[in-house]
Amino acid sequence: MKYLITPVLILTLLILFSCGGGGKSKIEQIKQQSTVEPADPYDLWQSNHGVGPVQAFELPAEIDQVLVSSGQEIYESKCTACHKVDKRFIGPAPTGILSRRTPAWIMNMILNPENMVQKDPIAKKLLMEFNGSPMANQNLTNEEARAVLEYFRTL
Amino acid sequence: MKTILKGSQLWLMGLAIMVMSCGQSNNQNTGALGSNIAERVYVAPGEHDEFYAFVSGGFSGQLAVHGLPSGRLFRVIPVFSQDPEKAFGYNEETKPMLNTSFGFVPWDDAHHPDLSQTNGEIDGRWCFINANNTPRIARISLSTFETEEIIELPNSAGNHSSSFVTENTEYIVAGTRFSVPVPQQDISINEYKGKFKGAMSFIKVDPNTGRFNLEFQIMMPGFDYDLAHPGRGKSHGWMFFSTYNTEEANTLLEVNASQNDKDFIAAINWKKAEELIANGDFETMNVEYAHNVYDEATHSATSTIKNEVKVIDPSKYPGLVYLLPTPKSPHGCDVDPTGEYIVGSGKLSASLTAHSFTKMLAAIENQKFDGDVYNIPIINYDDVVGGVVQQAGLGPLHTEFDGKGFGYTTFFISSEVVKWKVGTWEVVDRQPTYYSVGHLMIPGGNSRKPFGKYVLAMNKITKDRYLPTGPELCQSAQLYDISGEKMELLLDFPTIGEPHYAAGCPADLIKPNQKKIFRLEDNLHPYAAKSEKEARVERDGNEVHIYMTTIRSHFAPDNIEGVKVGDKVYFHVTNLEQDYDVPHGISMIGANTSELLIMPGQTETFVWKPKRVGVWPFYCTDFCSALHQEMQGYVRVSDKDADVPLSWSLDGE
Repeated sequence: MKYLITPVLILTLLILFSCGGGGKSKIEQIKQQSTVEPADPYDLWQSNHGVGPVQAFELPAEIDQVLVSSGQEIYESKCTACHKVDKRFIGPAPTGILSRRTPAWIMNMILNPENMVQKDPIAKKLLMEFNGSPMANQNLTNEEARAVLEYFRTL
Repeated sequence: MKTILKGSQLWLMGLAIMVMSCGQSNNQNTGALGSNIAERVYVAPGEHDEFYAFVSGGFSGQLAVHGLPSGRLFRVIPVFSQDPEKAFGYNEETKPMLNTSFGFVPWDDAHHPDLSQTNGEIDGRWCFINANNTPRIARISLSTFETEEIIELPNSAGNHSSSFVTENTEYIVAGTRFSVPVPQQDISINEYKGKFKGAMSFIKVDPNTGRFNLEFQIMMPGFDYDLAHPGRGKSHGWMFFSTYNTEEANTLLEVNASQNDKDFIAAINWKKAEELIANGDFETMNVEYAHNVYDEATHSATSTIKNEVKVIDPSKYPGLVYLLPTPKSPHGCDVDPTGEYIVGSGKLSASLTAHSFTKMLAAIENQKFDGDVYNIPIINYDDVVGGVVQQAGLGPLHTEFDGKGFGYTTFFISSEVVKWKVGTWEVVDRQPTYYSVGHLMIPGGNSRKPFGKYVLAMNKITKDRYLPTGPELCQSAQLYDISGEKMELLLDFPTIGEPHYAAGCPADLIKPNQKKIFRLEDNLHPYAAKSEKEARVERDGNEVHIYMTTIRSHFAPDNIEGVKVGDKVYFHVTNLEQDYDVPHGISMIGANTSELLIMPGQTETFVWKPKRVGVWPFYCTDFCSALHQEMQGYVRVSDKDADVPLSWSLDGE
């Protein structure tokens, strides 16, 4: 047995080294093909409506000013402890949010944050980006969340 | 092995193996039986108990909330004692709850919880409990599990025959244990007989808000009044109180109050008392008592001292009170679900006496009296007794009913629960308790509709039952299954303080009404900051008011300067969270008080008097989020004469 080991070892080493040697190995080629970076969830925002009670929907063209002012009031009392209008704070600023997120996603994030940070790819990424601070559920009703969304359209 | 086994030895070995294997299978049987009992009290992780049990904390002054059948402890509701964990009696909002006519009293001895009822059935709205030492009655909301109201009882002393609820929660009834001079005066204790009186207080409960009003007191002879229960069904409108020391002794009661062969159960017709009040047949007495109310909207309590009570003298008004002779210093006084039988347990008797309400009315009608005490008629014993459970054990104390025709009585001296049949008065079962049982409780026990599945027996002595903890041991509760013919001991579990009485009901009566958060828009606390925009610091002379907010995971403001040694700094902290189960705490180094523990949407206040120059930290005391450890702040304290301006900020803003 003793005499057998040495040749086997040498053979194995040879095979291993030849793989690591000049030119691209087959394994590496396959690897390269399969490791295309997964898409950034932020880039796929237009098709992401979040997880929660709100289904994808279209906003009417006209902004409802009555809704805006009630939304602003709710935002200021329930949200400003963590979200400043135009500055990153505990969480992100809502200014321009409708060019980054869908209306349904925004409402689901407000209404269902516990599930969103576990299941939604954008919310998961945001949680990491914002120091692991979870979005607080402020127990808004659907109507209240809709009003806050309307206010966001004006920012 | 060199020795060769002989045939006979082999045979012996075989037998041994057979015997052992038989033994094993027997053990498995016992094990299976054992696990069957375990299964009946096992509530799987994440599942809920079937019943709530509200167990008095006795000399802890509090009320413990357990689940049955598991016995798990969910919450200790602070009632009559300060509780630093919840800041009860420490924060500015709840200090007034413990105010009395004697000033702030930080402790009491809580005895007998009872639940509100509608039409004789538990309605799951409020729990009431008495303070024995400085006489008071408290009302606890069963939607917030917080003490909402405490009323002091004037003329009362040792508020023991309390707090029992009539069948539509018309009244909470509270009888004095110790008789005292009424009004209080500087007289010799030897003048007890005739000059000392026993006040029975009737506290009206507002059917919508639950708010108390001390409606009237009936000024009874100077006996000791021990326990009470209301009539129900046919006897609704009557209240029954057990008495001892009808000898009116004022010293060495253990001998001198045990002379009479019979003491009394006092039957008070409170509907008659209402008529007397309506007719103006009362005296208004000048007294002093505190009435403390916690307002859920302002998250704050106010204490008002009141000065009048209406008093009725029963010796002047025939038909108001009758005395039912009951053997040997009765303790428990319990009414069966039909309202027909009033059971008195003479501590020094071995038998139970069940008075019949029907016979009582007939005896009154036919004037079957055996003299009177202070002009209050005594009904002939034989004309009121409905039955006697003979020689059932030693030291009978309390009885509850299962609603299926059986009574269950505790025996303190012989440490057992005895089951007997209402009507035939025969003993049908008995089970030991470990040890020296006091009260027992069947959920819905003080109502027309008991839920006769379990009985909970509460023990004074536990000696060898648990791991020892030095000289002071826990007291305990024991759960028996009473759904079958024989009672079965399922579980025993330790309790807080001393579990006197308890009250229980199906969880479904309480669970759906739970308050989860306080809505910020409903917060009317005068020092609330309902958004970070409102967070600020104001100086008023040497008082500094910090209007602070909390949310996961920061305080606003968290940097404060311009505070000086000698200032009185109020931290008014509003929890901006609006989600279930996200309280925040706060505490300041060196503050001579407890932490605050603030529920979502609530505002609470603590006072800090900085004593030394420096920069002093405060922090969140309740692990609130992954960034809880980051939830902190600083207050800079300058010298008295320093000119550091008042300023505050969060993240430089």
